[in-house]
Amino acid sequence: MYKLFLRCLISVLFLLGFSINANAEFKVGFVYVGPTGDHGWTYQHHEGRNAVEALGIKTTYVESVPEGADAERVIRQLAQSGHDLIFTTSFGYMDPTNKVAKDFPNVKFEHATGYKREHSNVSTYSARFYEGRTLLGHMAGKMTKTNTIGYIASFPIPEVIRGINAMTLAAQKVNPDIKTKIVWVFTWYDPGKESEAAQALIDQGADIIMQHTDSTAPVQVAEKAGVWSFGQASDMQRFAPKSILTSIIDDWAPYYVERSIAARDGTWKQQDTWHGLKEGMVAMAPYNSAMGSDLIKEVEQLQKDLASGKAHSFTGPIYDQKGNILVAEGAVADDGMLAGMNVYVKGVEGDIPQ
Amino acid sequence: MSFDLNFIGILIGAIMASSVPLILAASGELITERSGVLNLGVEGMMIIGAISGFALMVVTDNLFFAVVGSMLSGLILSLIFGLLTQSLLTNHVATGLALTIFGIGMSAMIGKNFVGIPGKEFPLLFLNLKESIPFLGPIFFGHSIILYFAFGLPFLTNYFLKKTKTGLIIRAVGDSPTSASNQGINVTLVRYSCILYGGAMCGLAGAYLSLIYTPQWIENMTGGRGWIALALVVFATWSPIKVLIGALIFGGITILQLHMQAVGLRIPVQLLSALPYIMTIIVLVVISRDSRKIKLNTPTSLGQIFYKEK
Repeated sequence: MYKLFLRCLISVLFLLGFSINANAEFKVGFVYVGPTGDHGWTYQHHEGRNAVEALGIKTTYVESVPEGADAERVIRQLAQSGHDLIFTTSFGYMDPTNKVAKDFPNVKFEHATGYKREHSNVSTYSARFYEGRTLLGHMAGKMTKTNTIGYIASFPIPEVIRGINAMTLAAQKVNPDIKTKIVWVFTWYDPGKESEAAQALIDQGADIIMQHTDSTAPVQVAEKAGVWSFGQASDMQRFAPKSILTSIIDDWAPYYVERSIAARDGTWKQQDTWHGLKEGMVAMAPYNSAMGSDLIKEVEQLQKDLASGKAHSFTGPIYDQKGNILVAEGAVADDGMLAGMNVYVKGVEGDIPQ
Repeated sequence: MSFDLNFIGILIGAIMASSVPLILAASGELITERSGVLNLGVEGMMIIGAISGFALMVVTDNLFFAVVGSMLSGLILSLIFGLLTQSLLTNHVATGLALTIFGIGMSAMIGKNFVGIPGKEFPLLFLNLKESIPFLGPIFFGHSIILYFAFGLPFLTNYFLKKTKTGLIIRAVGDSPTSASNQGINVTLVRYSCILYGGAMCGLAGAYLSLIYTPQWIENMTGGRGWIALALVVFATWSPIKVLIGALIFGGITILQLHMQAVGLRIPVQLLSALPYIMTIIVLVVISRDSRKIKLNTPTSLGQIFYKEK
């Protein structure tokens, strides 16, 4: 009996030693808000992970993690199980990430689209999606016949509001009569709700559907209804070949590779990254030839100008809904203002939900 | 909001389409509950129906197989529930909850390979009539066959329960299984059949979502509709016609609140999102006030384990 107990103890200790040994290997963890097959937001983060994995770095991912209490549990779990660098890839993971980071000073954290870096081991990164939205606005303004753009919005956070504003400003520039109708669905990912919202907007006269949610449902509804649409986060063209004019593509792979190598080699430092068309973190899918070659040329030029800094999505004068000036004539909005944007610009209908 | 008649017709058509899964699942569950069995696994059976329907559509490229297969898979899942609660006499509530959790997990596992595949066009009937008749066209035509079936089902169920002998037997089993058993009715057999029927209807409700409503597979795509269907049965006081009314109100306000947002009405969006739940409960409570009728419709032995002494 005693011998048996001893034998068990030894084998347990051996296993323990083995697992501690395994923990010494450099590992990167990813937390996703949706399934890897959403063909939108999470899909693109997963592509980034694949690029890291291709370097021979061991990675782990957890998908469909709800924003909230569950997120903290999952992030903590990853930190405890020997991950050295953890990417948390949704805005709602901001507080959980910082909370866990406090308890694990030796683990590096990278939070996407957030602004809180409460501890020296938390970096934030995001892409200037609004530059892509400016291009969409230009196309929408030119392509609409009903002068009504339908916009499916997720949550009233600066990121989403910035997109709505950038798109509206660009559309107004080419078509002063434009109206932006917005439906808030309060979810990042619920195909049923997203398609109902798209249908409601189309029934209300929108002939352009734009989404700040992650599923392919809205573009499929647009395809069926015969109106134009834009893909979100990844190239959704095959879900709505006729309807999609282009998609904004988020390319996280170079950033993930760079940061993983830095963390492995010990050169990782806290930073706040905000890359756009210039660095390639925001890219555009091929333009639909239905737009005509003139418009495509225009958009390509605008894309070049945005990338080179010759044009800026938020160039004054910009007014809020009440007519107060936000950005003076000739000036451009600074990053601080963009990061905290919480008012609609003139021309957007309705109020921001509080 | 534009108020031309045709627009209102389109709106009503959209509302009808969104209430179909609720009607199907709730009508199935209603029969199950009328026999005295409380199956809380509706959500689980729906999601399994959704993935089986979609997977079969992708694999066989045949919509008929997909629909039948989804019903079969709902039925198989409910058979597990039946075996546990009827033959092994487990607790209905606990088993039903387990069934939902199992269904959601299982569907996610099967669904791994089917994410991101575009769905197939499901044939819609009388499309030309929908276009040519204003107002009434979009209401009555241009729907899938499953929608027509769903809207007939509550009336069929009502007739079946009230006017047929089998319906009477089911109600007797639900009200007093002991008396029914003493009359020579095989209570277990009746309850098994009702559970299986409920499962098949939930499977069909799931298939409607993954094949017609949003033709694609997405994890957790039923989004709690199973729970709403369950609540509808109770709030409709086990009356099939009231289930239909409740489902229409719920679907209706869900769609209307999106339209109200698109119009830019200055009502807090959070309130609008909560409106379908609040209104459905209020309306159903108001139309089901008659306590005598509630007593008459409520299956007295609901959720109780029946054990025949030998």
